[in-house]
Amino acid sequence: MEYTILSQIRIPRILLGIAVGGALSLSGILLQGVYRNPLVEPYTLGISGGASLGVAFAIVFGLHQLIGSFVLPLTGFAGAFLIIFLVYTISSRSGRINIQSMLLTGVMVSFIASSSMMLLMATSSSENLHGIVFWVMGSLDEPDMSLIYIILVMALVSLAASYFFVQPLNALRLGEEKAKHLGINTDITIKLLFLMASLLAGVCVAVAGVIGFVGLIIPHLMRLLVGSDYRILLVSSFLSGAIFLVLSDVIARTIISPNELPIGVITGIIGGVVFLLMMSRSSHRTLKNNG
Amino acid sequence: MMNPYILNIQNLCCGYPKFQLSEINIDIPKGSFAGIIGPNGSGKTTLFRAITGTLNLKSGKILLCEKNMLSLSPRQRAQNIAIVSQFSDAGDISVEDYVLMGRIPYHNRFSFFESEVDFQIARKYMEMTDTWRFKDRLMSELSGGEQQLAGIARALTQQPELLLLDEPTSHLDITHQVHILNLLQQLNQELGLSVLMVIHDLNLASEYCDRLILINQGKMHIQGTPEEVLTFQNIEDVYKTVVVTQTNPLSGKPVIFLASQKVLKEIQERHLTL
Repeated sequence: MEYTILSQIRIPRILLGIAVGGALSLSGILLQGVYRNPLVEPYTLGISGGASLGVAFAIVFGLHQLIGSFVLPLTGFAGAFLIIFLVYTISSRSGRINIQSMLLTGVMVSFIASSSMMLLMATSSSENLHGIVFWVMGSLDEPDMSLIYIILVMALVSLAASYFFVQPLNALRLGEEKAKHLGINTDITIKLLFLMASLLAGVCVAVAGVIGFVGLIIPHLMRLLVGSDYRILLVSSFLSGAIFLVLSDVIARTIISPNELPIGVITGIIGGVVFLLMMSRSSHRTLKNNG
Repeated sequence: MMNPYILNIQNLCCGYPKFQLSEINIDIPKGSFAGIIGPNGSGKTTLFRAITGTLNLKSGKILLCEKNMLSLSPRQRAQNIAIVSQFSDAGDISVEDYVLMGRIPYHNRFSFFESEVDFQIARKYMEMTDTWRFKDRLMSELSGGEQQLAGIARALTQQPELLLLDEPTSHLDITHQVHILNLLQQLNQELGLSVLMVIHDLNLASEYCDRLILINQGKMHIQGTPEEVLTFQNIEDVYKTVVVTQTNPLSGKPVIFLASQKVLKEIQERHLTL
């Protein structure tokens, strides 16, 4: 009995937590590196909005009852992919990608997606509404073991692949033009990293729903702790994102047991508070150093 | 036969929809210390961006050591040309890490860490530029002059054939201006490094450069030695300002004096009464 709980329930959740937490914060650190903007996270670009819209669509039209539960991650991913595709093509029409306009495009597309989802929700029955809200809040509860393995492998492969881009990422800290002066082909780098980061986030959202703050706060925290060198940042963001999400899930499961809190609530509250504490401490330190 | 030119610009046309550079022809011999001068909005920065490869050319050619710049990969280009911008924008990167970034053009995708040689090269140029003593400080903590020195150290670490600088002295006091330019002169003479800089200060340009390129309204006005370029006719034509040129008693280079409107009026009145 205990073994069954461990192998059937706990271990899959932990594995999924590791994969999603690691992948989301890896995605966040890559996007922040590409955009040189610390406020960018996987969801700023509309990936979560697109995935949510896809899932809401599937629920409202009863696709999951018609075809099967695996339809939800599938439509979620389709939604995310559609948004990524839109943002990418709109902003790279002239051949060269303009990073700043891409960011704006992402934010706008994200608004359109979330408003469309609101529209779907407003016109749907309360039962469907409950299903959508529950999905959007995010959860590491995923019965399909093979899906868990797929995303775990994807996360690890992406981590390894991201290391081919550490030099360009380090050079991009100086800005696009200066990175070019150092011999970096910035256009290709930015395109590839954008695609990788957003697909990674899209898969995570499709499987685990919208788990916020991991992709924003963990990269920030790591920058404060280990500095801005991407050789250390990538792996440390991945690991701490994984640990953070697994721990958050433990708290979400146990704090009002036998009921369960949405994991996004825990990541938001704990992550936000820890981050504010770290930031106020580090700004004290810099003040002292300067004074 | 050795090619005497480090940079050879032929019939260059490039620019933006509202501003164009046209018919630019520039020859810079190897080992030169050259300066690009011209009024605000004359196209100095556009020319600079064309040479650095950030701006696409409409027509014409830029040859670097007789090789077409367009045929070089970004990496090869970065091994031959190093650029020092006005601001480093490096933020919370330590000075040593920043200088080590000059080795990036020599790394391949799989070399994640700098080699011992990279560290030695970086150290050598940091000592040469006197930045080694603050190697562990963050770039954002440095003064403007120190940042400029670190920028030069990084550029030297690229071990380029040609060093390009964008107004290296524009926001520095005279101590640091002279310090930076003396350093560049020393690098030019001791390492044989070719230097090309955009510079606003005509007197500094005259004192340090052996070759000047005067740009006006997107076209080249004249190029040559400071004595040939910095005549009062040329300067008044291009800058629309009345100037007097004389010779620096120490260096023999031309010096440019300005006069205020009031003084010019008084002189005019004196002439009229005579």
